[in-house]
Amino acid sequence: MTTAAEAIARTHREEWARVVAGLARRFGDLDLAEETAAEAFATAVERWPADGVPPNPGAWITTTAQRKAIDRIRRESHRDQKHQEAMMLHDDSPPDPVGAVDDDRLRLVFTCCHPALAPEARVALTLRIVGGLTVPEIAHAFLVQETTMGQRISRAKSKIKAARIPFRVPEAADLPERLDGVLAVLYLVFNEGYLASGEGTDPIRRDLTGEAIRLTRLVRDLLPPADRGEATGLLALMLLTEARAGARLSADGELVRLDEQDRGAWDRRLLAEGIALVQERIEAARDGERAGRYQLLAAINAVHVTAPHARDTDWGRIVALYGQLERIDPSPIVSLNKAIAISEFDSPEVGLAQVERLADRLSDYHAFHTTRAELLRLVGRSADARAAYDRAIELAGNTAETAHLIRRRAQLAAPTPQPHAPARENAS
Amino acid sequence: MARYLLSVMGRQDNPEFGGYGSVEEMHAAMAATGAFNDRLEAEGVLVFVDGLEAPDTATVVDGRGAEAILTDGPFIESKEGLNGLWIIDVPDLDAALKVAAEASHVCRERVEVRPFATAFAQTA
Repeated sequence: MTTAAEAIARTHREEWARVVAGLARRFGDLDLAEETAAEAFATAVERWPADGVPPNPGAWITTTAQRKAIDRIRRESHRDQKHQEAMMLHDDSPPDPVGAVDDDRLRLVFTCCHPALAPEARVALTLRIVGGLTVPEIAHAFLVQETTMGQRISRAKSKIKAARIPFRVPEAADLPERLDGVLAVLYLVFNEGYLASGEGTDPIRRDLTGEAIRLTRLVRDLLPPADRGEATGLLALMLLTEARAGARLSADGELVRLDEQDRGAWDRRLLAEGIALVQERIEAARDGERAGRYQLLAAINAVHVTAPHARDTDWGRIVALYGQLERIDPSPIVSLNKAIAISEFDSPEVGLAQVERLADRLSDYHAFHTTRAELLRLVGRSADARAAYDRAIELAGNTAETAHLIRRRAQLAAPTPQPHAPARENAS
Repeated sequence: MARYLLSVMGRQDNPEFGGYGSVEEMHAAMAATGAFNDRLEAEGVLVFVDGLEAPDTATVVDGRGAEAILTDGPFIESKEGLNGLWIIDVPDLDAALKVAAEASHVCRERVEVRPFATAFAQTA
């Protein structure tokens, strides 16, 4: 027995994107689609507890929303007779001819992540239109006022309408580039959940990470198999990261480093799924497919999580994977991560030398100073390490991370001159 | 179909060789733009295209009062602004952005793409 409330919640989770996407295609108006879908769910909240849950809840919502949309177009018809006629004529039209894939939900994702929209608007719009989150929920997630978030979303919807951003999956030639944009939006949503910024927020926002995983899974499933590589990589990366979420915070809310985490507390089910996806991509690479950024990041994560203990980590493999990543994504942040792997594989001195070379480009990035601090303490330069922790604490925005850094700084020996470097201390 | 304004944005100080590095470069850009315009016309995409004379050739007319008042010079003095424009008629923004990318490449300036408000009425 499921209650009406449970049925509504499940239908919302499973059918929202499909309903909005179908309405958007049929009526050619994203705003109308979103509003009438929301109204149909509101009607379900009134009716289902009394009338019972319909046998096909998704179809009921779609039909109800379509009636509301047609009613609304009729009501507004006095103002714009021609517009209304054009819409009504299209009622039973087949889907527009599309590019590589034909699925209304996928069109919806590509429209919401269109490069002509501001990046922050793409994220908000995707969560609202594809994810079905409410404006207050999205505003809370990104720590902005509800009115600000509402304006951001309605401005983006107005631009889609006025500038005629097409409701279409890009053609095959443009698909890889446009898909990169979509995956970047989903990764941004995930990261905001995983390392939430701002004082007074929960350090890990499982609602956001969960939503990002759900949407990435949807995008991956909708793509033709030949175009799935990076979406699979991103999904694996998210799963392998999410699997560790429970071990990533201590009881008092401090960030726990990977090498200090209780590996028994990791989510086995998410790990198994993530590792299987990485394996799938490794086999594709053997067949000659070139691995993209997310696939490489997922492979690096897979090396970490398959080590029984932190000390068993295959650092040589991780250095090699970061080298591959550097070639396709020559960003200083990738080089920083490679330097960390090198410090483990080779020595902290070698790693530190590589880190120092990135100082010009990463001086405002908290993780650069954290890494420098850790390596400086390993080579016995306590005073320099302290200064680096100070800078990292200044720049870090995540509450759990700040707590961790303050503890690490407090563990440093008193800042007295050292006659010679002490033996390498245990990093944990 | 929908109409878009493609504005060529660039320096307003009437630089030597139209802002290009040399007279040869200027001629190359003009030739490439001409060939591009011919193609747009043949494809039925082009509504209008032209470049603008320097901003100091402009006159602002204010006819809101009883008599029109004329002022020498552009409406807004700025370092960068409109130097030329295309008006194109294409199915949607993706098509407009593709044309704009090529337009920017041939004229070697940045291009702003803006829809006309009548885009929808034109189709009815």
